[in-house]
Amino acid sequence: MFPELNNLLNTTPDRAEQGKLTLLCDAKTDGSFLVHHFLSFYLKANCKVCFVAFIQSFSHYNIVAQKLGVSLTTARERGQLVFLEGLKSSVDVFFRAQEEPHPLQFLREANAENLQPLYEFVREALKPVDNGEAAWRCPVLLVDDLSVLLSLGVGAVAVLDFIHYCRATVCCELKGNIVALVHDSGDAEDEENDILLNGLSHQSHLILRAEGLATGFCRDVHGQLRILWRRPSQLTAQRDRSLTYQYKIQDKSVSFFAKGMSPAVL
Amino acid sequence: MAAAAAATCSPGAGGLGSAVAAAGKNSVTSFQRRGPRASGSDGGGSRLVSIAGTRPSVRNGQLLVSSGLPALDQLLGGGLAVGTLLLIEEDKYNIYSPLLFKYFLAEGIINGHTLLVASSKEDPADILQELPAPLLNDNCKKEFGEDVCNHKTSESNIKMKIAWRYQLLPKMEPGPVSSSRFGHYYDASKRIPQELIEASKWHGFFLPEKMSSTLNVESCSLTHGYMKLLHFIQNIIYEEGFDGSNPQKKQKNILRIGIQNLGSPLWGDDICCTENCKNSQSLTKFLYVLRGLLRTSLSVCIITVPTHLIQNKAIIARLTNLSDTVVGLESFIGSERDTNPLYKDYHGLIHIRQIPRLNNLIGDVSDVKDLAFKLKRKLFTIERLHLPPDLSDTVSRSSKQGLAESAELRGPGCGVMAGGKTHLDF
Repeated sequence: MFPELNNLLNTTPDRAEQGKLTLLCDAKTDGSFLVHHFLSFYLKANCKVCFVAFIQSFSHYNIVAQKLGVSLTTARERGQLVFLEGLKSSVDVFFRAQEEPHPLQFLREANAENLQPLYEFVREALKPVDNGEAAWRCPVLLVDDLSVLLSLGVGAVAVLDFIHYCRATVCCELKGNIVALVHDSGDAEDEENDILLNGLSHQSHLILRAEGLATGFCRDVHGQLRILWRRPSQLTAQRDRSLTYQYKIQDKSVSFFAKGMSPAVL
Repeated sequence: MAAAAAATCSPGAGGLGSAVAAAGKNSVTSFQRRGPRASGSDGGGSRLVSIAGTRPSVRNGQLLVSSGLPALDQLLGGGLAVGTLLLIEEDKYNIYSPLLFKYFLAEGIINGHTLLVASSKEDPADILQELPAPLLNDNCKKEFGEDVCNHKTSESNIKMKIAWRYQLLPKMEPGPVSSSRFGHYYDASKRIPQELIEASKWHGFFLPEKMSSTLNVESCSLTHGYMKLLHFIQNIIYEEGFDGSNPQKKQKNILRIGIQNLGSPLWGDDICCTENCKNSQSLTKFLYVLRGLLRTSLSVCIITVPTHLIQNKAIIARLTNLSDTVVGLESFIGSERDTNPLYKDYHGLIHIRQIPRLNNLIGDVSDVKDLAFKLKRKLFTIERLHLPPDLSDTVSRSSKQGLAESAELRGPGCGVMAGGKTHLDF
């Protein structure tokens, strides 16, 4: 986790909120540093995390998490982390016939109607173990990322249904959190992606949007982060609070500064 | 981790001090950290034997292979990481992208890697016959002496007195690095010697031959050709042990996979034909499963896709997101830039659209965004594009407009870091 981002979001691992859907979004840049931040944040906050990782392999997340101070292997051994590695499991599902339904069953189907097996997997992973005392604070579902599901033949409505079911279980029933990354295709006019992004934006409590700079590539400022706090369930006319910062990613952390106040410029 | 120990192939688990390593399992993963192990583990299984033609990355310990063009390796952060996918966006008439494809395969032959060549248009045996011949070290200095001015070799020690700011700029090496056993230079005008091809191990997938046999697997939305290719690749990886399934058998080696013209109608895919294709997820699903295969084995893959024919921009964006490294070629043939004085020395532009961030928060992005390539008589070079000085007394309106347009069109740099649309005019 990045301490500067914690300050901006006004949270610490001890005081993590519950029942929230956080949407991570990136446009013209790579927002995966936000995924690494939330993964290490919730592991440090002693939450039980179910990480559905479609994009990279386990060792990639592990090595980056070690730079941020958590070890995914020990978390997995302790039972704090349930990791679904999309790339490895897709090879298993695709080439070997499975007897029981696999969470990535939709890869074998021509038209995947819904993501029910994946939802069952998440629910199974995050359900509270009834051995008396609660070992972990609250369950967290982390998805990296949802846009790749559209490339795998799942419709945007099916993905929205999946998130809806997960919200009902994880956020409302188990009082946990969901964090999901969606790419913004910008001017590539990906309609399905826009449906997914708009649908999730209206449901989320916190939106973190990493954008590339409008003026192009810069070595010292890697992009701009927009933070938007929302209250989706309340119908108040109050404006949602939003902040914009620019950031630079370093080897083990990310530094944030106000627009135009990059240390390279001052 | 009991699950990993039970599996026949154990990819993944590359962390330091992992219990799997102590169990003596020879875990094969492309993302293993090279370097001294932490004192916690016994150092049991994985003493990484160094494989020919690879080297670890200085930044993140990734195992790298050369792409066949040392200039391209430099731009990609040292080389291609094992387990990743390189997507080449073909140029308009498919003249230069087959060259990059062939350099990649030739590099594999020189290093003794196993090749897997898949094509729908040409027989893989013919493709291998046309590979360029490697340049030996003592010859290539002579070749460069003909093309490059002689003063370049001696200028490195001269301190600049007047234009001293330029001393700080990085030098792009146009010539061969002296101690390169990693990347080799090739002579595009000569063919590779026949005995090198015969000594190498390669597998070919020629679509018209394979289409005749039927496949008895239920169809998911992949086209028939892609399905067959995936099963073929998986078969080779499994049988030859690139995924660690036969650990004690023989020396570890890299599998170089090359797939040409993926997405073209010859593969049975219609994304290049219409805008509203009914099977738009076929290629993206193929890429995802292919990447899964690459990540769980010691292989590298290059694919060339005719993206200039794909009319649905959303698919191009999805392909970029599903690949690790994306390089786009734009040739000047037939476009109005052919006569633009700005580009008279070059044959086209090369865009590094995406570089992967592996085991790290940040990738190895080079600072140089304006790159052009040139196919000289024998060599393919990539150079930084320099604006020529505007020396005319009367600056004509048309030349200024031409320069501004061309600068605008190549302005938005690499998509990894940031992309900008608005061009600031000063």
